[in-house]
Amino acid sequence: MSEPVSALSGSAFCGLVRVEDCGLKGMITLRGDLSAAAVKKAATGVTGGKMPSPLTIASGKTGSIAWMSPDEALVMCDYADAGAAVGTMTTALGTTHSLVVDVSDARAQFRVTGPAAREVMAKLCPVDFAPGSFEPGQFRRTRMAQIAAAVWMEDENTFCVICFRSVAEYAFTLLKTAAASGSAVDVF
Amino acid sequence: MSTRLANQGRLIDRSKPVKFTFNGKSFTGFAGDTLASALLANDQMLVGRSFKYHRPRGIVASGAEEPNALLGLGSGDRFEPNQRATTTELFDGLESASQNHWPSLEYDIGAVNKAFARFLPAGFYYKMFIHPRPFWKHIYEPFIRQSAGLGRAPKDRDADRYEHFYAFTDILVIGGGVAGLLAAKTAAQSGAKVMVLEQTAHWGGRAPVDGGTVNGTAVADYIAILVTELEAMDNVTMRLRCMGAGVYDHGYALGYERVTDHAPSLEGPRHRLWRIRAKQIITATGAIERPLSFAGNDVPGVMLAAAMRDYAVNYGVTPGDKVIVATNNDDAYRTAICLKEMGVDVLRILDARDTGGGELMEQARELGIRIDCGRAIGKVSGGKRVKKVAICAQAGTGAALEEISCDAVAMSGGWSPVVHLWSHCGGKLTWDDSLSQFRPDPNRPPTGADGQGFVVPAGTANGEMHLGEIVSDAVAAGKKATQDAGFKAKRTAAPRGVDTAYAPMEPVWLMPRNAEMELRTKTWLDYQNDVKVSDVQLAAREGYESVEHTKRYTTLGMATDQGKLSNINGLATLANALDAKIPQVGTTTFRPPYTPISMGSIGGEARGEVFQPIRRTPMHDWNEAHGADWEPVGQWRRPYAYVRDGETVHDAVMRETRNVREAVGILDASTLGKIVVKGPDAGRFLDMMYTNMMSNLKPGKCRYGLMCSENGFLIDDGVVARIDDDTWFCHTTTGGAERIHAHMEEWLQTEWWDWKVYVANVTEQFAQIAVVGPKARAVLEKLGGMDVGKDDLPFMEWRDGILGGFDVRIYRISFSGELSYEIAVSASQGQALWNALRSAGDGFGMMPYGTETLHILRAEKGFIMIGDESDGTVIPQDLGLNWAISKKKEDFLGKRAQQRSHMTDPTRWKLVGLETTDGSVLPDGAYAVGEGVNANGQRNMVGRVTSTYYSPNLNKGIAMGLVLNGPDRMGEVLEFPGTDGKIYTATIVDPVFYDKDGEKQNV
Repeated sequence: MSEPVSALSGSAFCGLVRVEDCGLKGMITLRGDLSAAAVKKAATGVTGGKMPSPLTIASGKTGSIAWMSPDEALVMCDYADAGAAVGTMTTALGTTHSLVVDVSDARAQFRVTGPAAREVMAKLCPVDFAPGSFEPGQFRRTRMAQIAAAVWMEDENTFCVICFRSVAEYAFTLLKTAAASGSAVDVF
Repeated sequence: MSTRLANQGRLIDRSKPVKFTFNGKSFTGFAGDTLASALLANDQMLVGRSFKYHRPRGIVASGAEEPNALLGLGSGDRFEPNQRATTTELFDGLESASQNHWPSLEYDIGAVNKAFARFLPAGFYYKMFIHPRPFWKHIYEPFIRQSAGLGRAPKDRDADRYEHFYAFTDILVIGGGVAGLLAAKTAAQSGAKVMVLEQTAHWGGRAPVDGGTVNGTAVADYIAILVTELEAMDNVTMRLRCMGAGVYDHGYALGYERVTDHAPSLEGPRHRLWRIRAKQIITATGAIERPLSFAGNDVPGVMLAAAMRDYAVNYGVTPGDKVIVATNNDDAYRTAICLKEMGVDVLRILDARDTGGGELMEQARELGIRIDCGRAIGKVSGGKRVKKVAICAQAGTGAALEEISCDAVAMSGGWSPVVHLWSHCGGKLTWDDSLSQFRPDPNRPPTGADGQGFVVPAGTANGEMHLGEIVSDAVAAGKKATQDAGFKAKRTAAPRGVDTAYAPMEPVWLMPRNAEMELRTKTWLDYQNDVKVSDVQLAAREGYESVEHTKRYTTLGMATDQGKLSNINGLATLANALDAKIPQVGTTTFRPPYTPISMGSIGGEARGEVFQPIRRTPMHDWNEAHGADWEPVGQWRRPYAYVRDGETVHDAVMRETRNVREAVGILDASTLGKIVVKGPDAGRFLDMMYTNMMSNLKPGKCRYGLMCSENGFLIDDGVVARIDDDTWFCHTTTGGAERIHAHMEEWLQTEWWDWKVYVANVTEQFAQIAVVGPKARAVLEKLGGMDVGKDDLPFMEWRDGILGGFDVRIYRISFSGELSYEIAVSASQGQALWNALRSAGDGFGMMPYGTETLHILRAEKGFIMIGDESDGTVIPQDLGLNWAISKKKEDFLGKRAQQRSHMTDPTRWKLVGLETTDGSVLPDGAYAVGEGVNANGQRNMVGRVTSTYYSPNLNKGIAMGLVLNGPDRMGEVLEFPGTDGKIYTATIVDPVFYDKDGEKQNV
C-alpha cells in the first residue's frame, strides 16, 4: 500500500478565519435501530463515549459518534483504526439487522478556526449559527452553498465541516471565499 | 438656480469636500451628500431623458422612489446602469453619466419623439406593429429592441465580490425611522431577538426633517436616544444601508445590504444579501409623497414638496431661488415655511382646497408667504428647467389667471403608505377616504404556516400621519409582534408624540379638475415610462377596466421604479375615467424586490471558481496534467480523451480506441455509482428494483441489471455483485448514483418500510480503474499478488485480494467487449494504484482512454448507454433487452406498466444498428423519414439516431437508432436528412458490430 492521501493533502488558508484540511479521518456509517443495545454497544465500543441524541455529536476517548438520521450514525475515529473498527462493529452486531460501512475515503474534513468562524459558516449554510442557537455538541447536516455538508463545533471558535471527497476543492475555495479579508459581518 | 445654502445641512460635513464627475464634468460636493443633493448643489437640474419621448428630466424625489435621476455609475468592470442618484452616497472619485440620449444630454435627437407624441399614444406598439405580420420579426422587433431600456448593459465582467448571509431572528423590523426604532425597542424589551434594517445610511427616517416632540424631547434627539438604547441591547442587531427587499412565505425575508457602495475603496463585498427567517416582521417602511397631476409636472425643477424640504434640511441645498408650492394638504406648508426660514423666496402657496389649511397655513401666512386657496397650477413652462407657472382655478379647465416667473415648484398630492412589504406575501389593503390612501387592512395580514398573520405594519406605513399616532402605533405594533412571536410584551405606556394638527386634505387627481385635452397630454403620471393622464383616459375609453390590463397597455408603473410615484395617481385617473370608486378599481400587485437589487447579490459567492461545484476523482489532477479534454458528466469532469501534443481531439479518440482493441487501455471509472444494499430482505428488495433476478445471484458473482421506474421506463443500468449472504453491491451510471440511491431510499421509506434492508451510497469511497484490452491480464499479472486467470477470476465474477500491494476488489466485467478488469481501491490510494498500473502497463503499450473511446467501444458491441439509447420514454423491450426482464418474478418496479397497451404496441420504435452506405458518420439525433406527410404537412418520421460514431476498428460510421419495425427490416436502407442539407443513407443492421459471439471478453 502507498501512503493514503486526502483530497487536499493538508492545505490551509488564513483570512477572517483559518481554514485547514484535516487530512484523512476514520468515518464509519452505521445504520440500524439507534436505540437497540447491540447497535449502541457496537458504536460506543469504538469511541469509548456515549450515543448521541438527535442533532448532536457525542465524543469519547477514542472517537465521536454523530447523529445523522433516525436510523443512521456516523462513527468517527483515527483513519488508521477505521478498517479494524468496521470489523469489530460488524462482529459485535452479529445478527442484529444493521449496516456498517467504511466511508473514510469518501469524505473530506475541514477545520474553520477563529472568532469569526460562526460568521463565515453563516454565509454558506442556512443554519442559525448564533451563540446559544448552535453550540459545541450540536451536529447539523445541511447545505454549504451548493453541496451537502455536516458541521459541528469543537469549541467556541472552531467548526468542523465534512463534505464529500470529490467536492473538497470546491468546499475549500468556498470557505476561503467566505473568509476573505474585509468581509466581516460583525453580527454575532 | 439650485444651489447650496450658506448653512444648514444636518447630514453633510462642509469641512470634507468630495470630488466627482457627471458626464465628464468635474463637480464638488461634501461628505454626507447623496449624488442627487450634490448635483443640485452644482445647479445640475437636468439629469436624464425620459424613456419614450426623451423629455428633459430632473430630480423629483429624495429617496428610493426617484423615477428620473437614473444614472450610469462607474466605468469598465465597475459600470452599473440605472442607479438612483437619490440613494447613491457621494464618494471621492465617483463617476456618473446620464442615460437615454444621443449625442448629449443637452442636445438629444431622440427628443424628436416628443413632436410626434400625439402619434405615440397608449397601446401604440400593439396597434402599430401588428400588421403586416412578417414585418414584426424583421423590422419592428429589431427597432423596438434597439430603443428599449434606459441604461446600457455593462460589457465587462463585474469586478466586485458579493455574498449571502443567513440570519435568524424572532422579530425583523424593516425600516429604521422613529416607528421602526420604537417598535424594535418595544419588542426587544421582552427579550426577543430583534433585527432592524434601514435602507439609508441614517437612523430616524423623515422625522428629524418634519420635526415634533416625543415626551417633550425634539424628535431628532429622541431618535438618537433610541438608537443608543437599542445598540446597547445584546438581543438587537441593527444594520444601516440594508433594505428590506422582500417578504416571502413563512417569515422569510431578504435584506439587501450595500456594504461598500458608499466607499468602494474599502475591502470587502460590495453587496450582501441577508436571507432572514423571522417569526414576525414589522414593516415600518414609511410613506411616499404623491406628485400632483398638472401640465408640465415633469419639467426639471418640479419636485415633491417633502423632497425639497429634505434637500434643504439634510444637505443645505435649495432647488430654486423663487419657489412656488402647490398642494392639496397641510404637509406641503412645512416646505414653504422651511424654505422661507432659510431665506429662499417662496412666491406663492397654491392650495387647491377652497378653504385652505390649518395651523401650518397660519404659520406660513405669519412668515409673509402669500397663500392662494382654490388655486392650481395650470401649466409649468420651461423645457430644461422651470421658467414660469400659469396659475388657474382648481375648479376650472385651466384658463390662466396669472403667470409667474419662478425656478422651482414644490408639489404635494398627499401621501401613500409604503405597503409594498406588507403586500408581498398577500397582505390586503383598505382604502382610507379621509387620507385618500390605501393602508394595510389589519384583518387581512399575510399568513404563515399556522394561518396566523406574520407581518405587522407600524407608523406611517400603517397609514398614521401624525407623530402622536405614529409613536403609539409603533409601540402597539411592537407589542403585537412580540406576543405573536411567543414572547411576553413588557407593559409600557407609549410615549407622547406631538406635532402640528392638520386640516383635512382634499383628493386632487387632476389639476385643474377639468383640465382641457391639451393640458392632459402634458400631464405626467409615470415619469420613467412617459405615461400621461391622457393615456390612461384613452385606455379606459378603449375598454380597459382592469387596472392590471391598463398597466400593461399603457406601461404605467412598469418601469424600474415600479410606479412608486405613479400607481395611485394612475389608478385614481382610471377610476375617474371609468366613473368608479378607487377601491373598486383596486391596485396592481406589489412584488419583491422593493427596489431593484444587484444580480451580483443574488448570485452571492457563486461565481468564478465557485460558480458551481466540480466533482473531481482521485486521479483528476493526473488526468488534467496528461492532456484531458474535459467532458462534464453530471457535476463530474471526466476526460473525453487524453490529447497528446500535435493531436486533435478526434485523433486522440481514434488512437485510444484502436489501442484498447489491439493492446491495453486504462480508464478512470471512479465516477460510477456504488451502492451497498444489505439486510435479510435485500435480495427481495433488489428483485423489485431490477427487472431481472438478483436474489439468486451467487456470492462472488456479478450480473448486469436494468432498473425501471414504476411507469416502466428505463432509468438506469449497471453491474450488481453479490458480496455475501445478505449483502449486494450495485453499480449505477455516473449520473445515476445519487438519483438511484434516493430512489431506493424512497421505496424503502415509503412503501416497504417494514423490509429489513439498509442502503448506503459509497460511490466516493473507492477509486475504480478499468484495465481493458487483450493485454490486460498480462498487466495485472506483472503487478502480481492475485490470480487473475480465466479460471481463477472468470468473466462476471469478482474477487478481493492484494494486487501489487494494494487492497483491492477486482470485478471481471466488460463494457467494451474486451478482456477487462475493473479494480476498486480506497479513494486515498487511487492515484498510487493508477501509477502502479501505468508502470506495469509500460511494456504492453498501455494508454489511458477517455469517455469517447468508452462510448465507441460499447457502440461497436451494441451495448446501450443510459441517456443515449434511453431518454425517459424508452422501455427495455424497445432496446431488445427482453432477456434481462425476468418472467419468473411475480413483480418488479415497472412490470405492470410494461403490460399496458401502449407499451406492448408492436409499432413502438425498436433498437437496431445503422451502417451508413458510404462509410460516413450519421448526424447525432437525426431522424429517418418515411412515406407521406403528417397532419402538419411534415414528413413522417420512422426512426431516429440515438448514438453515432466513427469506428476506427471497423473503419466506418456506425450508429444505433430506434426504428419503426426495425428488427424486422434488416438490410433496408433509411434516409436521414441532415441539418447540413445533405441526406444520409444507412442500412439497418444488427446492433452488434464487433465480435458478435463475445469471444474476446471471455478469454
